[in-house]
Amino acid sequence: MKTSAYYKAKKVAVNVVIHAFLLSVALTCIFPLLWMIASSLKSQDVIFKDMSLLPKVYHFENYYRAWMEGGFGRYFINSIAYTVSVVVGIIIIASMAAYGFSRLQFPGKNIMFYMFMAAMMIPIPGSFVPLYVLLNKLHLRNTAPGYILCMINVGLSTSIFLLKTFFDKMPKELEDAARIDGCSKLGIWWHVALPLAKPVLAVVVVFNALNVWNEYVLALIIFDSRPLMPLQVALTTFQGEFVTNYPLLMAGLTITALPIIIVYLLMQKYIVKGVTQGAVVG
Amino acid sequence: MRIKSTLENYVFVLPAVTIFMIFYVIPFIWVFQLGLFEWDGILPTKTFVGLGNFKEILFDKIWWQSMGNAGYITLIALTLQNVVAFLLAWACDREIRAKNFYRVIFFIPPVLSEVVVGLVWQWILDGNYGLLNHWLGAIGLPQLTRNWLSDPQTALTAVAVVHCWKGFGWGFLIFLAGLQTIPRELYEAARVDGANAWQAFRKITVPLMIPVAVLVGILTILGTMQAFVLIIAMTGGGPAYHTQVPVLRILASMRGSSRFGYACAQGISFGVILMAISFIQYRFSKKYKG
Repeated sequence: MKTSAYYKAKKVAVNVVIHAFLLSVALTCIFPLLWMIASSLKSQDVIFKDMSLLPKVYHFENYYRAWMEGGFGRYFINSIAYTVSVVVGIIIIASMAAYGFSRLQFPGKNIMFYMFMAAMMIPIPGSFVPLYVLLNKLHLRNTAPGYILCMINVGLSTSIFLLKTFFDKMPKELEDAARIDGCSKLGIWWHVALPLAKPVLAVVVVFNALNVWNEYVLALIIFDSRPLMPLQVALTTFQGEFVTNYPLLMAGLTITALPIIIVYLLMQKYIVKGVTQGAVVG
Repeated sequence: MRIKSTLENYVFVLPAVTIFMIFYVIPFIWVFQLGLFEWDGILPTKTFVGLGNFKEILFDKIWWQSMGNAGYITLIALTLQNVVAFLLAWACDREIRAKNFYRVIFFIPPVLSEVVVGLVWQWILDGNYGLLNHWLGAIGLPQLTRNWLSDPQTALTAVAVVHCWKGFGWGFLIFLAGLQTIPRELYEAARVDGANAWQAFRKITVPLMIPVAVLVGILTILGTMQAFVLIIAMTGGGPAYHTQVPVLRILASMRGSSRFGYACAQGISFGVILMAISFIQYRFSKKYKG
């Protein structure tokens, strides 16, 4: 006869195995980042010899040097500027369109909406080739507005989809009340619909912000001049200059990765929501 | 009055449609047009070559090698990455401590950029000063140390494994969401009927998770076949084309050899293959939703 102690021991054993598995994977996820930070705090003399996670002397001046001499201050500000501009643009343009598709009537509505949806499904690898040609023709290549408009376009379809789904389910009573009070359509969108959409707007903001901050290939082909480059492109373009200086490269990587990790930790609820919703669309 | 109201309604979608037309529809059409020309991207004159570019692709050895490389990485992602993702989700789908902690940690690699991930791992895998080789030496296996990313035998696998490291969090979240939709009563009922854990897993969990697995599988294929930034950061496609992938070839045709028409033709041929995969996904999701 197996006793209850046997079952208890078995349960504990199973739990230990499961936690050991989960913990080891979690460690694998975090360790490279800790190594990156540790390397960024070592000096050039010891980085190839000191293989410990905790350096004996912390060289915080590496960050100052990466920021000033490495130009990461400039790239950081560029990345912030592009991210904010694109996200603000998407919020306004996508929410207006989504509201229109959800609530208003006009000829050609369905065709237009399905066009956006089709764009989500059709993969065009190498779409950067014609975009490069287009931006050249419009004299928008190597300019910030050119990049920002491209990135707004990248985020539009998914954002419109998420917002329209939300507006479709939103009760109409509040909007009716505003209309009776003499509010215009744009007024209703701005004063009634947008504030109600805050939870889904958060998903849209976080997703697009991550997307723009991490974007690489469009920035690579659009920007030639160094002062316009965002972090990601600067990291690979000038990687060669850092090969002799790993601590500075690691400091640059940390400067690039840290904001994303912080935003993620603060907003992870919305990201999980977005992933599971996005997968269903996918 | 009606007309004014309709025009007013168009105002809502006008900005989105305009941007979409200029930055999506026009380039989309141009890809097909440019694919028929030989053009360096600068000169005002383009030479019409018909389907010549496509014919050339058929005999482009490096192109097909890069296709094979992407296929190899995808195969590893489909097996290693998704099996790990599923096991983790399965381990988390129960009353255990720190469930949320694990969930947060597992999704850190996916939110990082491919450039950051690639460069950090490149540093870890460095042949001379990398941490991995240092550890191998420390545990008494110095014969295993090598230049992971410039050795043709290991470069592609190393890139694939890092790709899996970066990507398993997606599969994990989707699998976990799927597992959580399975009603607990089913497991209860199975237990009452005398089924052991393995039987419950095989007869309840597996069949109910097949549609989710198909979804994750298709997303993995589409995502991995098109991945290339990680490779730029880790190996740049080397050594000697051993880690080249299709999108990297397209970029090289455009920037390296200034052959815009050929780059577009490559994009079209690759896009058609991906579309076929997408279509299969669509059919599957229809089948399982219904």
